[in-house]
Parts: sequence; C-alpha cells; structure tokens
Amino acid sequence: MKRRIGSQIMASILVNAIYAMINYPIILLNTLLAPLAILAVVTFASHGTLLPVAVTGALIMNMVSSGTSMQQDLSHLKNDMRLQDMIVSSPTTSTIYIVGMAISEIVYSIPTIAFLIVLHFIFVKTTILGGFIIFLALATTFTFSVSLGFFLSTFTSDIIQSWGFSGIISPLLTTIPPVYYPITYIPYPYRYLSYLSPTTYASEIVQSQIGVFHLGFQNFVISWVVLISITVVLGYLAVRRSRWREV
Amino acid sequence: MRIATHGLTKIYDKKYQALDQLTFNVDLNGIFSVIGRNGAGKTTLIRILSTELLPTSGTAFVNNLDVVKDATALRNEIAVVPQEARPLPWLTPLQTVRSYLMWRGYSYRESKERSKDALRSLGLENLEKVKNRKLSGGQKRKLMVATVIASEAPIIFLDEPTTGLDYVSRKEMWEILSRLKKDRLIILTTHYLEEAEILGDRIMILDKGKLADIGSIDELRSKIKFPYVLRIMSDNVDINEDGVEIKRVSNRQTLVYGTASKIYNLVPYLVTNKIKFTVEQASLGNIFEQYVGEEDGGDKNEKEDW
Ligand SMILES: Nc1ncnc2c1ncn2[C@@H]1O[C@H](COP(=O)(O)OP(=O)(O)O)[C@@H](O)[C@H]1O
Ligand SMILES: [Mg+2]
Repeated sequence: MKRRIGSQIMASILVNAIYAMINYPIILLNTLLAPLAILAVVTFASHGTLLPVAVTGALIMNMVSSGTSMQQDLSHLKNDMRLQDMIVSSPTTSTIYIVGMAISEIVYSIPTIAFLIVLHFIFVKTTILGGFIIFLALATTFTFSVSLGFFLSTFTSDIIQSWGFSGIISPLLTTIPPVYYPITYIPYPYRYLSYLSPTTYASEIVQSQIGVFHLGFQNFVISWVVLISITVVLGYLAVRRSRWREV
Repeated sequence: MRIATHGLTKIYDKKYQALDQLTFNVDLNGIFSVIGRNGAGKTTLIRILSTELLPTSGTAFVNNLDVVKDATALRNEIAVVPQEARPLPWLTPLQTVRSYLMWRGYSYRESKERSKDALRSLGLENLEKVKNRKLSGGQKRKLMVATVIASEAPIIFLDEPTTGLDYVSRKEMWEILSRLKKDRLIILTTHYLEEAEILGDRIMILDKGKLADIGSIDELRSKIKFPYVLRIMSDNVDINEDGVEIKRVSNRQTLVYGTASKIYNLVPYLVTNKIKFTVEQASLGNIFEQYVGEEDGGDKNEKEDW
C-alpha cells in the first residue's frame, strides 16, 4: 500500500488537538489562562507601561508552553496509554510523530495565539520587518521548546516524573528570565545569569523590535547565533538521541 | 509466517535478566501462544519482536526480517496491542481506530471505511460514537483488537488481551480471535492456560526467561510423563497402582495422573465401587505444571511432587 506522510502527521493533530477540542470544548480555555494571568499582573503592576512587553512575553511563553505541554502529553500517551509503543512499532517514524505532535500543540493554542496577536496589533508598535523578525524569533523558540519536550518525554517512565520535568522547565524558561519585562530591569551581575536561558536571547530580539531595549547590530547577531545553535542542538537531540526504541 | 530467535537475551539495567539465551523457531499461520507465569519474560519477548525494545544480545527474525537491522521494513508488517494499552478516553471508538490507521499511512477517507468494518467485525458498530471512557472493560479490549486488525498488517501481537476480563468477555474474545486468525499470524500471550489451549495452534512455554518447550498441545502432551488425568469425585479411595501420581484437590475430588494404560487399570475398581469419575487428557494446565514444576526441583526424572 501507499503510505501517506500527510495522513501520518494529521493523525497526531487529530488525536492530540482536534478530537480533544471537539469532544471537550472546555479545554479551549485551558492554554489561554497561564500567559494571560502573568500578562495581567505585569500590566497592572507597571500601570500599563509594560503592556507591549507583556504581550510579546506572553507570545514567547506560549511557544515555550507548547514544548512543555507536548512533553506532558507525550509522556501521558506513552506511559499511561501505551500509545507510543503502538506508534514505534508502526510505520510512523519518530520525526513524523514529533512534527505532527508539535503542530497539534500549535492548533491546541490557536485561541490564545489569536487573542495575543490581536492585542499585539492594538498595543505593540513595530515595523513590518520588526513583525517578521518577531515571528522568526517565536518560531525558533517554538522549535527548540518542542524538541526539548519530545526529547525529555521519551525518557520518562511515569507521569509524576514528567510533571517534575515540566515544573522545572516552565519557570526557568519563562517566569524568571526577562520574558515579561525588559532585560534592563535586571541588575548586574544577575543579568549574566539570565543569559543561561535561551528565552533571554529570544526576548532580547523581540524587545529590540518594539523599542523597549536597544540591541546593537553585533549583539543582535550574537543573540540569533546563540538561539539558533541551541535550537539545532535540541533538534538534533530530539531526532537522533531521544529514546524512541527502548533499551 | 516465521519467527526465529537465536540466543535472545535481555538484561534490563545491567541486572534484571528477563530473557536468557532464548532460541526457537516457528513457522505457521494462526495463533502462536506464549504462556508463562508473571515475570516469565512474555512482554519482554513481544516488545523485542515488535521492534519496541532492543535485545541485549542474540538475534530475532520475524518474517525473515531482523528486528534490529530491518526494523523499518518490519514495521510495515506488524501491529501491536501492548500489555495494558487502553483506548484514549477522549476519543470515540471510530476516532481511535481511524487515527491508528492514519498513523500507518491510510488516507483520511480510506481509514473511515476500514475502521467501520473492523468495529463491525468485533460487534462494536453501535458504539462508534460513544466516548471511550464510557466503554466497559471488555469493550475497551475489543476496541484495541479492532484497532490493529483494521490494519493491513499480517502479523499481530496481542500481549495479554484478556487479562482481568470476566469469563464471558474472555470467551467472546476467544471466538473473535479464532475467527480473525485466518490469513494472519497472531502472537498471543496469556497467563490463562485454558485460553492458550483453546486458541493456540502452537504453544511456547516460557519459564524464568528460558524456553521450557514449544509445540502443538498434542506434541507437548506427548512429552510429559503423565498425559492422562483420572478425576474421581471422592476423597475416600484406595488406590495401589505404581507409577501414578495422586493428588487430593478437595474433600470432593481426587486426581490421579498417569499414562493411559495405568489410568484404565483403575477403572474397574471405581466401577465396582460405584464411584463417579472422568478420564481426561492432561490439560495445558496439567502440562504446564509438569514443565514449570520440574524446573523448580533437581533431577527431572526423580521429581515427583508437582
Ligand atoms: N523496564 C524494566 N526494568 C527492569 N526490569 C524489568 C523491566 N521490564 C520487565 N522487567 C523484569 O523482567 C522480567 C520479565 O518481565 P516481563 O517480560 O514483563 O514478564 P511477563 O510479561 O511474562 O510477566 C520480570 O522479572 C520483570 O520484573
Ligand atoms: Mg507481561
């Protein structure tokens, strides 16, 4: 028979996003809450001045959450449902599975992304080129985050362990680093520490495009190089080094 | 279709030995049943054969494809229901089967018809649109079986598909499996020996990761010391026959194990004394006890107290 890769990718999207949303519409609100809560707090605490930063921050957080929720979803499907064993032993490859599941996470958070994009157009001032650069930074963040999520999920053996991973990743990558506030708010020497998080580079790039932070051309290039390198490494780990078939 | 292993060994985490130099070779269409106690290594064997788990050493071939080197090609020919696999509670049965077919590469359209056919053949057609979480335990297991038989895979692995089901649901599953086994090879593990006896065209007994024996039920029976069982409906009998084993099961029954001629020597005594009895061939349960019991003790031929 002829096997269609499109169908194989679609299967993950149907199971992990579309069927779940059709059968339980309440979960549409689910992904909306976490970024909006922080967005509200930051906006009110800054008397509205940080609203543009918080909107782009919420978008970055959404990209990172796609990775952490992918890791949780896949751990659940693998360990509690034994679905991954059925997939591993089928003609679907790990790469097809990652791509399908990654898209499913985006589909799942369409309501949030749509809402944030509307806020972005109303409150955030940037050029067309700036908008495009922000999009690229978000897409890169999404890619390293789902790669990390997939990689970790293949090593989990139960759901508690999986909560452990995502409980660590989420604050380390989104709440603490300068995602929701400008990096200049962090005094030295702590600012150096924030450069340990890949999201710091993404938010430097994004914040430089909305006028809250000046990033020289050289530093702009460095941020991209670091962000892309991290993404390549994590992408390699996900495709080549994850524990698809167990040992 | 053929399954062959040579020296197949699995040691988890460098310390837990699950399979120990397993070597066997079977060639059949129908049901190949793997039996053994909990922890015997059944799941480990299934997971290695179905390319989910790497062996520590040794080789294994399914349909002449190496499970390690030819895994990609082999995955086109197999479908697996892992032990304790459950349908996702937020899907319907139709969505469950259909998504699995799409993961195998069927188009959205094709997968619908095939899924409906498979659900119908397992008697689940009226439940197509119910959420899986509302299904009974037996229906969930049938749904998992429907999922894999909907595919084109000629080789199906079912790891303990009936464990935990009530007797009626298990019998329904047996009827289904014996209908589905035509033109396919179904590798079925179970610890219900009755199930393996009824369904297994070839039976493999695993004991602590080692091969105890392999063959049809008649072949296995022909190799044991006591292939017949006399069931006497009384515990108050006086039997003096050499070369048989006597076991009081309860205050209502006594079992006597022996060869056909030894057993028939006892019949006149029972008839004369009007004691009720039946004579049976050793069941797979009896055979299993003799194989696995022997492993526990020392000399095979001396061991008597199984
Ligand atoms: N992932 C694992 N890590 C360590 N030991 C394991 C693992 N899986 C199984 N075992 C051990 O291997 C042996 C065989 O297990 P298994 O193949 O599940 O047997 P069965 O399916 O016949 O009950 C058991 O002793 C079990 O505890
Ligand atoms: Mg098992």
